Amino acid sequence: MQDTRKIRVLIAKPGLDSHDRGAKVVARALRDAGMEVIYTGLRQTPEQIAETALQEDVDVVGLSILSGAHKTLFPRIMNLLKQKGLTDVMVFAGGIIPEEDAVKMKKLGIKEIFGPGTTTEAIIRYVLDNVPERA
Amino acid sequence: MNRTEEIISGVLAGDRRSIARAITIIENEPVDAHKIVAAIYPRTGKAHIIGFTGPGGAGKSTLIEKVVREYRRKGKTVGVVAVDPTSPFTGGAFLGDRIRMQELSTDEGVFIRSMANRNYPGGLAKATKDAAKILDAAGKDVVLVETVGAGQSEVEIIKVAQTTVLIHAPGLGDEIQAIKAGLMEIADIFVVNKADRENADKTAMDIQAILQLNNKEKAWRPPILKTIALSGEGVPQLVEKLEEHKRFLEGDTFHKRELLKATAESELAEAIKERTATSILNDLKKEGKFDELLQKILRKEIDPTSAAEKLLSEKLRKH
Repeated sequence: MQDTRKIRVLIAKPGLDSHDRGAKVVARALRDAGMEVIYTGLRQTPEQIAETALQEDVDVVGLSILSGAHKTLFPRIMNLLKQKGLTDVMVFAGGIIPEEDAVKMKKLGIKEIFGPGTTTEAIIRYVLDNVPERA
Repeated sequence: MNRTEEIISGVLAGDRRSIARAITIIENEPVDAHKIVAAIYPRTGKAHIIGFTGPGGAGKSTLIEKVVREYRRKGKTVGVVAVDPTSPFTGGAFLGDRIRMQELSTDEGVFIRSMANRNYPGGLAKATKDAAKILDAAGKDVVLVETVGAGQSEVEIIKVAQTTVLIHAPGLGDEIQAIKAGLMEIADIFVVNKADRENADKTAMDIQAILQLNNKEKAWRPPILKTIALSGEGVPQLVEKLEEHKRFLEGDTFHKRELLKATAESELAEAIKERTATSILNDLKKEGKFDELLQKILRKEIDPTSAAEKLLSEKLRKH
């Protein structure tokens, strides 16, 4: 009964951001769209994020970052995901990520970047349209 | 090897990715789920499965995190399954139990899985039992299961756990006197968390009073412990009690045999009921009278129970 399969999403906050209002808004919106959303709170390390993605067997990871540390943290996260064999997982990011960095981030394998002002509807639509098929 | 066979080998070798994928299959794919459970079943029965239940706000997740650390200090490996509710309207779930346990994510001796109950009643997900079995077969010494935490009707945990811990806290507005049947009868250990708060002693006394009202002669007298999960106070004593209960279960071979038998019988009955119901329902739907009777129900010519009896008696007569 494949129609009971739910999309599992990890919403993670790498780095030292001091608030998670945005991440929680996105997490709740994805929940309201019928997904099972794992939210792990503030100050996550790349190791914690990658290991959580593995244990929770998620389909999607959403990285939320406001501190500007994405250039340091995102490569480490993408590397760890690859090391753990999680190459099928779709990763997107949001928060404060300047447009000029978006290209670099996408080259790391992050599929899409959602800047401030993105509607939750757009994110939901994106996840539904791009969630990878299960092996 | 096909996918399922690979996953089974991985689980039995304790590979984390395989454990994770196996649990996902248990949640979503009944056919392969069955294959996995059948393959790992002979290797289950070694882990101590402990359930943690109690009202929201009592501090279950925080306490579980400290309990995991204590077991790790003693050199044991731990699996955790934390269940949260699915929205009955949207079908989605916000799984936040991990927030309190995240520092443990990178400990190789700990495996944590969040699960949505998908509207299954009783405080757990349908898949929780088999997820615990997978962690057991994968070699975890202890498996902790955290229920949804909505309250009194959360008795499903006794079908999954060997030891059940009921966690309460003072001032939750949930008067102990209101918790009569159900949880008070099944818990093996009672914990008053947030014991630094006012009324912690009163909460413990209220629990004691209700326990004394249960006149049943019990071989195990449930202790009432006080903890402060945030600081870890009382946790070593709690884990000692958990180990004591485990020894009690192992030592009390008569009760253990009875317990195992009752559990196996209930699992067998469940499996039979599920399969017969689906198969009979499918047959009845194909055999024509189903739609006819459905229409009669809509026209209020017959009630659903009588319609069911009609369909079943006709089917049984055919045999």
